[in-house]
Amino acid sequence: MTGRDRSGGTRAWGLTVAVLAALAAMWPLLPDYNQITLARVMVFAIFAIGYNILFGYTGLLSLGHALFFAAGLYAAGLGARDGGLTAVPAFLAGILAGAGLAAGVGALALRTAGVAFMIVTLMFAQAGYLALLYFNEWTRGDEGFNLPAASRTVLGLELAGADMRYGTALALFALATLIATWLARSPLGRVMVAVRENEARAAMLGYDTGRVKLAAVTISGAFSGAAGAAYGLIDGYAGATFASVQYSILPLLWVLVGGAGTVLGPLVGAVFMFYLIDLTSGLTDAYMLVAGAVLVLVTLFAPRGIMGEVRRRVARWLP
Amino acid sequence: MAAMSGPLLRAEGLTRDYGGLRAVDHVDFTLQEGEIRALIGPNGAGKTTFVGLISGRIRPSAGRVRFMGRDVTALPAHRRMRLGMAYTFQITSIFANLTVWDNVALAAQARRGAQGLAEATDAALARVGLLDRAGQVAGDLAYGHQRLLELAMGIAQAPRLLILDEPTQGLSDPEIRDFVALIRDIARGATVLLIEHNMDVVMQLATRITVLNFGAILAEGAPEEIRADARVRAAYLGG
Repeated sequence: MTGRDRSGGTRAWGLTVAVLAALAAMWPLLPDYNQITLARVMVFAIFAIGYNILFGYTGLLSLGHALFFAAGLYAAGLGARDGGLTAVPAFLAGILAGAGLAAGVGALALRTAGVAFMIVTLMFAQAGYLALLYFNEWTRGDEGFNLPAASRTVLGLELAGADMRYGTALALFALATLIATWLARSPLGRVMVAVRENEARAAMLGYDTGRVKLAAVTISGAFSGAAGAAYGLIDGYAGATFASVQYSILPLLWVLVGGAGTVLGPLVGAVFMFYLIDLTSGLTDAYMLVAGAVLVLVTLFAPRGIMGEVRRRVARWLP
Repeated sequence: MAAMSGPLLRAEGLTRDYGGLRAVDHVDFTLQEGEIRALIGPNGAGKTTFVGLISGRIRPSAGRVRFMGRDVTALPAHRRMRLGMAYTFQITSIFANLTVWDNVALAAQARRGAQGLAEATDAALARVGLLDRAGQVAGDLAYGHQRLLELAMGIAQAPRLLILDEPTQGLSDPEIRDFVALIRDIARGATVLLIEHNMDVVMQLATRITVLNFGAILAEGAPEEIRADARVRAAYLGG
């Protein structure tokens, strides 16, 4: 949070806009390979932004966010394949699926707290993953399926090209970042942080902390569903892998490395992890070992994540 | 202030059991608008449990609570706060990692929403003398300032009833003097119910005193009556 509410506001927005402008400026300069990679990273960063709303701001650690990502992915994918949805309605269906499922899971999982909350969300996500495999006839869970080309055009432009992938991912990422920045500085964002910091006190100030937490889970699910739908529509593929536990751990890692409770942390974490694995895997087969070592170092020397350390050391006003 | 017939707060037969132990035992209690009521009694008398029942932090085993003429027994704590109660914890409870300003802003926002938030926050901070520390992280404040911060949060909530659980505990004598003046000032706009061990503070502040012992009301009255009460002396001296 910022110091006094009025200070830091312009700088916070300025930095966010500057980062988005830099990503836009890189667009025509990047080779195709990097455009496609960065497009994926930006979509995953939307996922991380959603995760950060729940974990970084509200202080709830979920181990089941793959479920909400997959909900968006499959709502868009199946909607396009079986329902003939075009890109925009398919994307909206993904947001709704993520938010709706998160609200349902949240209503049940929030009866618990701490470690029990982690376990319950993990169990829900595993149940979702197994259901995708069980209904394989319909979901093509094990080998996945390609989305029909008709669903992958926006305003007459095909999403398949590297250029369009980057542009679409950037537009969605920019939108997600601006919404998240606004949310973090909104009255609801302030109360979410209060719940994270001292839930008993927040309740004794008159806040319905149960409702705040449910709202955070639902908003977080909506972002995750949006990311899943965007991933499916941009890459043209849906499969059960994205519902596996790995995709519940990844957003946690991205947020931890990038900086929990910071607006730009999710992007920084996702970019860092993605290129770390990308670069090291080109050098050695033991790239996971290198990635693991780097993670240990980051955790040791920047326990608040990269942006968290920047905030602590140089820029207290960082959103 | 809205016209209201009857007392600000009324507890009827309020009871709380913990296993076999009855911490609060059929307490009938009435608080009039504008009072500064001190709640005193030996350790373990059930004072904190009693205000917990009033504020809704603790569910009663039996009995009812009426606030501003309305039965609030079934309402959770956060709903009672919205109706116009404020509560400060016995052990300092602030948002230690947030700034002083954000702490008070959270309190003000709970009551009034985002409108006029900055003005209300600044005003509450100015009243306790912490405005120049607004940008500091609350956890870095000295203990006495943290207690003042809690009072500022209470002020920002603009309550009808302010419940203070041992507000002067751990403060130095000069700090206590300022605190007493501040509470008296707050009491011009709100009814105050405070648990207090420091008898000087009680005698300076209270318009009425309620003495709790073994979860029941032992005596109630004006400060001079309580001072003269033989049963109260016996309870304190372990007679």
